[in-house]
Amino acid sequence: MKNLTEQEREKKFQERIDRGEIIEPKDWMPERYRSQLIRMMSQHAHSEIVGMLPEGNWITRAPSLKRKAVLLAKVQDEGGHGLYIYSGTETLNISREELVGEFLSGKAKYSSIFNYPTLTWADIGAIGWLVDGAAIVNQTALAKCSYGPYARAMVRICKEENFHHKQGYEILATLMKGTEGQKAMAQDAVNRWWWPSLMMFGPSDKDSPNSAELMRWKVKRFSNDDLRQRFIDRTVPQADNIGIKIPDPMLKFNETTSHYEYGPINWEEFYNVIKGNGICNRERMKARRAAHTDGRWVREAAEAYAKKQTAKGIEA
Amino acid sequence: MKNDALFEYCLRLGDTSLILSQRLGEWCGHGPILEEDIALTNISLDLLGQARSFLTYAGETEGKGRNEDDLAFFRDEREFRNFLLAEQPNGDFGVTLLRQFLICTQQYFLYQELSNSKDSSLSALAARSFKETTYHLRHCSGWVQRLATGTEESRQRMLDALDSLWRYTGDMFDTDELEKGLIKSGIAPDTDLIRKKWDTRVREVFSEASLSIPENVFQITGSRQGRHTEHLGHLLAEMQVVPRSYPGAVW
Repeated sequence: MKNLTEQEREKKFQERIDRGEIIEPKDWMPERYRSQLIRMMSQHAHSEIVGMLPEGNWITRAPSLKRKAVLLAKVQDEGGHGLYIYSGTETLNISREELVGEFLSGKAKYSSIFNYPTLTWADIGAIGWLVDGAAIVNQTALAKCSYGPYARAMVRICKEENFHHKQGYEILATLMKGTEGQKAMAQDAVNRWWWPSLMMFGPSDKDSPNSAELMRWKVKRFSNDDLRQRFIDRTVPQADNIGIKIPDPMLKFNETTSHYEYGPINWEEFYNVIKGNGICNRERMKARRAAHTDGRWVREAAEAYAKKQTAKGIEA
Repeated sequence: MKNDALFEYCLRLGDTSLILSQRLGEWCGHGPILEEDIALTNISLDLLGQARSFLTYAGETEGKGRNEDDLAFFRDEREFRNFLLAEQPNGDFGVTLLRQFLICTQQYFLYQELSNSKDSSLSALAARSFKETTYHLRHCSGWVQRLATGTEESRQRMLDALDSLWRYTGDMFDTDELEKGLIKSGIAPDTDLIRKKWDTRVREVFSEASLSIPENVFQITGSRQGRHTEHLGHLLAEMQVVPRSYPGAVW
């Protein structure tokens, strides 16, 4: 493709996308495609890592040893997902170090949902059921995206997320069969997590600046509103099953469209949390920066040791 | 009488794994490197699995209908039998890794020997735990070496860690009459033998890492009688708060 102009290359690239071909790291791609993917993928990886914090908050207080083991394994999975997506992002010619640097400086974003606090044990159930449930809907769509490494990562991650979703639902189902105090705890958690979960899909596409371009490149395959609707349609019956009430007085099933109609989302709250005004924005960044700063001597020692071993001709 | 002793012995095994797992769980999401965050959680999970098995078996041996959760969440400080070393706070990554190395070296040789126990349940649990501990020991030994010989700062931190933790190592080999009885009947392995193997291995790893065994350090003991450091109470308060706030609830 040496003699082609930039415009011709982009045209050929778009034709490949339109034919449904998968783009691999060594293929030519527009700079903007690359940078958009770096933005999305790294944001996704950062979200996995920050997402360890609200759930990690309950590892030491899980109410049974079995729940503790499952939660530990789950949070560990999130770390693994972060690692996996960072590696996927590195195929776009950027290092994990740079990506983490952009996150710690506040330049790169992470999912706003993790700026909400986990106040009771039931929040762990609500996160698994609602937050991971919403993530699955998003990620199942991304598993069909045009960039190979991202799509493959999503296939693998969705499998684990399905387990997380089940364990969250099961926590709430158990609470709903329990004492009055436990039932109240479960309902309260869902009251707090329902609307932020709907916001995870982002604003309507008409208000979403990147949507049109990402759709054209098949990075995004469905609109934010469509994915949100899919999530609501599959989640409401699950709530009914265990006697949880969805905190939306306008929620009702429309027989004609076979979809649930729902009340207005408070986007002001969404933008406020993005701007840094969520309850835990500061704590989350503080925790990540502290881990990075406190861990510096460990990373330096590991590096120095590896160098000494290499000098001695030994693989560290 | 034999069952009482076996119950007590199982608590000693289960509690150390439980408390150490709880400590490692505190690291989750805060590790110095993502890979190491995952590795610490992995070890924490293995230890928790061991704790659950030993506590379940303790409950069966006791015969009063207590399960792993009753034993983990509804006993008080003085009833816990974990090593004093296990309950020590995480400190920096060096303290955590050295604490882990010192205990998992003990567990490695203990499980190796215990897998020959005349009690078939204990021997089966020990054989499984031994496999996991083999990995923990390799992982921790590598880090002890890396940190002790990496940079000036990391070395100093390891020396500080050694200084703060060494005084609790003797507690791991404190043998009382109850344990002597179990050793005699072939249920528990000989503590002196484990101590010797532990000592040799620690010296080997330390020598690779240019660390010396601290000499003439007064050893603080007491875990066998449930005499702990102040740290355990706070750890338990956090760990036990939810089940104790909702008595009789199922989770």
